[in-house]
Amino acid sequence: MSKAKIRFFGSLHEEEVNVDVVNATIELKGKSYDLGQLSLTSPVSGTIYGTLLNYKGALKALENEVNEPPYNQPPNAPILYIKPVNTINGYNVPIPLPSDVAELEVGAALGIVIGRTATRVSEEQALDYVAGYTVVNDVTVPHSSFFRPAISQKARDGFCPVGPWVIERDAIENPDALELRVYINGELRQENTTANLIRPVKKLIAEVTEFMTLTAGDTLLVGVPEGAPLVKSGDHVCIKIEGVGALENRVVHEHELVAGGAK
Amino acid sequence: MKRARVAYAGAIHGAVEVDDQLKLDDGRIVDESEVIWLPPVTPRTVFALGLNYADHAKELSFNAPTEPLVFLKGPNTFVGHMAQTLRPADATYMHYECELAVVIGREARNVKREYAYDYVSGYTVANDYAIRDYLENYYRPNLRVKNRDTCTPIGPWFVDKKDIADPMNLTLRTYVNGKLTQQGSTKDMIFDIPYLIEYLSGFMTLNDGDIILTGTPKGSVDTVVGDVVVTEVEGIGRLVNTIVGDETFNVSKPLQPAEKLI
Repeated sequence: MSKAKIRFFGSLHEEEVNVDVVNATIELKGKSYDLGQLSLTSPVSGTIYGTLLNYKGALKALENEVNEPPYNQPPNAPILYIKPVNTINGYNVPIPLPSDVAELEVGAALGIVIGRTATRVSEEQALDYVAGYTVVNDVTVPHSSFFRPAISQKARDGFCPVGPWVIERDAIENPDALELRVYINGELRQENTTANLIRPVKKLIAEVTEFMTLTAGDTLLVGVPEGAPLVKSGDHVCIKIEGVGALENRVVHEHELVAGGAK
Repeated sequence: MKRARVAYAGAIHGAVEVDDQLKLDDGRIVDESEVIWLPPVTPRTVFALGLNYADHAKELSFNAPTEPLVFLKGPNTFVGHMAQTLRPADATYMHYECELAVVIGREARNVKREYAYDYVSGYTVANDYAIRDYLENYYRPNLRVKNRDTCTPIGPWFVDKKDIADPMNLTLRTYVNGKLTQQGSTKDMIFDIPYLIEYLSGFMTLNDGDIILTGTPKGSVDTVVGDVVVTEVEGIGRLVNTIVGDETFNVSKPLQPAEKLI
């Protein structure tokens, strides 16, 4: 059992619970529940920042393109983007498939949840500023150019499921050695590990807070690995990060969504 | 009506302008010099436009875009009127950008341009500083250029929509140490306010309090530590900002975390 924070649908505050990551159960006030029984919303409420091309394989997949126009060279400092509040979504809540799009890219990301104001934090002390970790699906409309900000591809409503919980920092011995797997309709479609990050967790926190303050509740995504699976309406997505949790959502065409409804 | 958010005597207040003074929500009347000015709208989702004036695009050697070049800003970057903005010692080119900021007043999704102003609550002024040394050709302009702490002064006032007859015909001016360095008009925007609201609400939901910084005309020049930069939009406000250096923020000394929280 690990300690975690969870937020129920309709609740204005987080609950502290004990969770069994492997069996996806939680223990609250002496009672045990399967995750599937619960209506959850995002366990984080601050700003969510994503990091572009932070997996070695993702950068390598671009091959020599990074040395040609318009890029001319590989990224020098962390390239960040924002998943704004309209994108934030919960565990088991549908991901809307916009009517102008046929398929979506699953962005399997470890989310670092910040615990206290972090400005110009050193690598050595970076984890002191971390409250915990969560699983994030950084959903994207597929796009091949990274030259201009991808707002219309990344900032659509419901494009950032987070959860099911924030697992406490100390439950994770080494955030830079976590296996990550994506299952679509139960079939394993992507496998990677945070050992492949170009900027591991501490270094990423240090380089980001060098120019940008992160505050308690903000979430920094470490990046999305290469080979992001594509999903279409009706598909069930499960992102599992070792020791952190499994985030599940179904893709539903936006016309079929029930307003404000969980599940 | 012009409204502000200020800190005064130990609390945060809403305030209105009355005879060149501020009347706080609790009735007190105070001088402008007695308050700390906060961003007039609490930033949540904030959009900013790049290259939205043809003359500025040309100045930066870009063709005018055919689709709005939009990026987002986080809450860390905003400071109010009369604040300090940090210019890092290694920067060689840091320029201001005087911009009309449009504040959204209610949830907006799939809004057609003819109804766009129904979703606007008012306006303010922003100075969208950029440090061009940190430009990279990925998601350009990247957050390291555009979302640095203190690099987006906004304010002083939130001005009600009904007080501005034509937001698409306002003069923008920037003064550095009292000298006029930038002048343009919102009528020269490539994508006007109704277009931007139709465009953004066409793929995502805008909410009450969201802000759109609509871009800057030509006339951006390098600014240095000690400069007082005033960005002004006709009828909306005059936003004052001072540039400070690393020493003001103790940048050379690594910050130590306070005692560990229990």
